[in-house]
Amino acid sequence: MRPSIAFAAIRLLESAGYTVVVPDSQTCCGQPGYNSGDSEAARALARKLIAEFESFPHVVAPSGSCAGTVKVHYADLFADEPAWRARAEALAAKTFELTQFLTDVAGVSTVSGTFSGSVTYHDCCSGLRELGVKAQPRALLDSMPGVRRIEMRDCEECCGFGGLFSVKYPDISGAIVQRKCESIRGSGAYAVALGDLGCMMNIEGRLRRSGDELTEVIHIAELLAGPDGEGG
Amino acid sequence: MDIRSMHFVERVRERLDDDELQRNLKRTRGRNAASRAAAVAAFSDFDAVRQRATEIRRSVLRDLDVWLERFEAKATERGATVLWARDGEHACELIADIAKRHGVRTVVKSKSMVSEEAGLNAALEAAGVRPVETDLGEYILQINDNEPPSHIIMPVIHKSKEQVSELFARVHGTPPKTDIEALTHEARAVLRPEFLAADMGLSGGNFLIAETGSVAIVTNEGNGRLCTTLPRVHVALTGIEKVIPTLEDLSTLLRILPRSATGQALTNYVSMLTGPKHAGDPDGPDHMYFVLVDGGRADLLGSEFEDMLRCIRCGACMNHCPVYQTVGGHAYGWVYPGPMGSVLTPLYQGLEKAKDLPHAATLCNQCGVVCPVSIPLPELMRRLREKQVERGLRPWSERLALRAWAWVAGRPKLYALASRIGVRYLRWLADGRDRIQVMGLAPGWTAQRDFPAPAAKTFRELHAERQRAKSRGGAR
Ligand code: SF4
Repeated sequence: MRPSIAFAAIRLLESAGYTVVVPDSQTCCGQPGYNSGDSEAARALARKLIAEFESFPHVVAPSGSCAGTVKVHYADLFADEPAWRARAEALAAKTFELTQFLTDVAGVSTVSGTFSGSVTYHDCCSGLRELGVKAQPRALLDSMPGVRRIEMRDCEECCGFGGLFSVKYPDISGAIVQRKCESIRGSGAYAVALGDLGCMMNIEGRLRRSGDELTEVIHIAELLAGPDGEGG
Repeated sequence: MDIRSMHFVERVRERLDDDELQRNLKRTRGRNAASRAAAVAAFSDFDAVRQRATEIRRSVLRDLDVWLERFEAKATERGATVLWARDGEHACELIADIAKRHGVRTVVKSKSMVSEEAGLNAALEAAGVRPVETDLGEYILQINDNEPPSHIIMPVIHKSKEQVSELFARVHGTPPKTDIEALTHEARAVLRPEFLAADMGLSGGNFLIAETGSVAIVTNEGNGRLCTTLPRVHVALTGIEKVIPTLEDLSTLLRILPRSATGQALTNYVSMLTGPKHAGDPDGPDHMYFVLVDGGRADLLGSEFEDMLRCIRCGACMNHCPVYQTVGGHAYGWVYPGPMGSVLTPLYQGLEKAKDLPHAATLCNQCGVVCPVSIPLPELMRRLREKQVERGLRPWSERLALRAWAWVAGRPKLYALASRIGVRYLRWLADGRDRIQVMGLAPGWTAQRDFPAPAAKTFRELHAERQRAKSRGGAR
C-alpha cells in the first residue's frame, strides 16, 4: 500500500549501521488466519517465515502487530511440535518492532527526520500490550528538534481496527475509530504518528470520511526517517 | 435466562441507533476505568497481589472437587445444607422445593448473576412465590418489566437518572424526582416492609470459603445483610467455581476485587455467613442452604478454557472494552456481557448460539491487562474462533476467503502478482484521487471510512528496481 514506509524503515536501519535484506519470497506472517481461528493456515505461513528469516541475526518489522505475531504467538502455534516450537522461540527472541529495535538494540538516539510541528502518538494495541512499545517511539520523537509532542486523551485505547473485525463489524469499528479521531483532534496536534499500517488506514480513512483533511497521519518510520531521496 | 446472542449484529445496530443509550454510554464511558487506574496507582502492591490472586484461583481449580468436598463438610458441620445443581433449571427446582418445604411466599433477593443464568425469578413466580429484587439496580430492572442487567456489577449502568425517575413515578405513582438520594429513599421505603415480611432471603456468593464453610458477599448497599439475616430461610446461590481454601485467601482477593471493579479500596459491606442462627445468636436465619451450580463449569476443568473459571466477576474487562463501551451490555444477548461474556456465553450456552461473540472483539487485550486474575481473554476468544473453524461453524464465504488468502500467501510469486493486481485495481477504483469511498470487495470498510489509494507500484517492484539500479551503479 505504502512502499515509502518500508523504504523509510530501511533507511533508518541502514543509517544505524545495519545491512537490510528483504527476502524475495517473503509474504505474510499469517496473522489474519491466526486471529480468525484458522491455525492450520497460520502454521503453514509461520513455517515459511521461520525458514526464511531464521538465518539472520535480527528480524525487524515496521508494524507492531506483525512483530507481535512472530514474537508472542508463533511458539503457541507449535505447541505439539517441539522442533518447530524451538525454532519459533529462537526467532521470537530476535524479532523486534522497528522503534524497539532502534532504541533498545541499536542504541539509536538521533534520527534524520526533519519534520517540524506538533505530533501526537497513538499506541497501537499489539505494539503496546504484546511488545511493551511505549517509551521508544516517544524518545525518538523527542530527539527531533522540530517535533513538539502532545499526548492525546486515551492514547492507549484501541482504534477499533482489529483486522477482520473492521469489515465484519463495521458499525462498531466505525464508532470506536470515531472516538479515536475525536481524541486526536482534541489534542490539537498537527499530525498523528503510529506504528501499525492497519490502524493507520483505519484512522486516516475515518478522519477523511468525517471531513478532516488537515490532520496528517504519518507512520512513525517515515516521520523518523524523513523524506526519501530516491522518491517512490 | 433466554439467550439472544445469535442476533448480535441486529442488536448492535439497534443499540447504535438508540440515541438515549448512546448518551448514557458516553456519560459513563471511562469512568470506572479511571477509578480503577487511580486505585491501582495508589496501591503499591497491586501487581504482587494480582499474581497471588491468580495463583490462588489457579490452584483451587486444579483440585476443585477436593475443595468443594471440604467446603460441603464444613458448611454441613455448621448446620447448613449444601445442594448441588446440574444447571440453572435444576437450581430453580431445588430452590422452589426449599420454598415449598418452608411455606415461603415472598423471597427478597440480593444480587446474584447465577440467578440470572438460571432465570430464577420466572421459575419462582411459576411456583407461586413472589421474588423481590432489593439491590437498587436490580430492583429498577425488575419493576421495568424484568429487564435484563447490562453489566455484572452495575446492572442499570445503561440508564440515566431521568429514565429511573420516570419509571419510579409511573410504577410507584409518586411525583417525579431526579435527585438520586431522593430516588434511593423512595426505593428504600418500598423495600423495607418487604425485608421485614419476607420468608426467604436469596443471595449470591462472591466466594465460598472451604476452611470455614462460609459464603462471603461483597456489596455496597447493605441489602445483602438484610436478605441474609432477617428472613427465616437463607439460600446462597452461586457457581461451583467460587470456592477458595482459606480466609487468608479471601483477604488477598478482597484487596483486588473492589479496586478492579469500582476503584474502591474496600466495599461498604463484606458479609461472611456461616450456617444458620445458633443458640444464643441474636439474629440470623433458622435454615441455611447453599445451591451450587455446575451449569457448564465442570466441563471447562482441565480444558483449554479452564482459565476462564478463575473469574471473580469484577467487571473490569467490560469497563475497559472498546466494544462493550460502544454497544452496551444488552447487545451481547445473555447474562454476561463484554469480554468475559464473549467467552462464557458460547461455553455455557453452546458455540452455535453465540457465533458472533468471540469475533466481536478487536483483540486489543485491554481486558487481559486489567483482569485481576490474569485471564487471557483475547486468547480464549481466539481459541473459540478456532473451535468454530474446526466445527465448520463459520460462513463458507469466510472460510473460502481465508483458504484462498493462505494459499496465495504460501506462493511468493503468486502473492507478488496478486499484490500488483490489487494495487492496479485499487488505483483504478480511486480514479486519480487519493482515496476510495466505495469498495465492492470490502463494503464494511468503506461504509465507515475511506480507503487510501495505494502507491503506483508495490514495495516489491520498487525494491527490485532499486536493487537493480544499485548493482548497475556498482558495476560502473
Ligand atoms: S474476566 Fe477478569 S476482568 Fe472480567 S469480570 Fe472476570 S475477573 Fe473481572
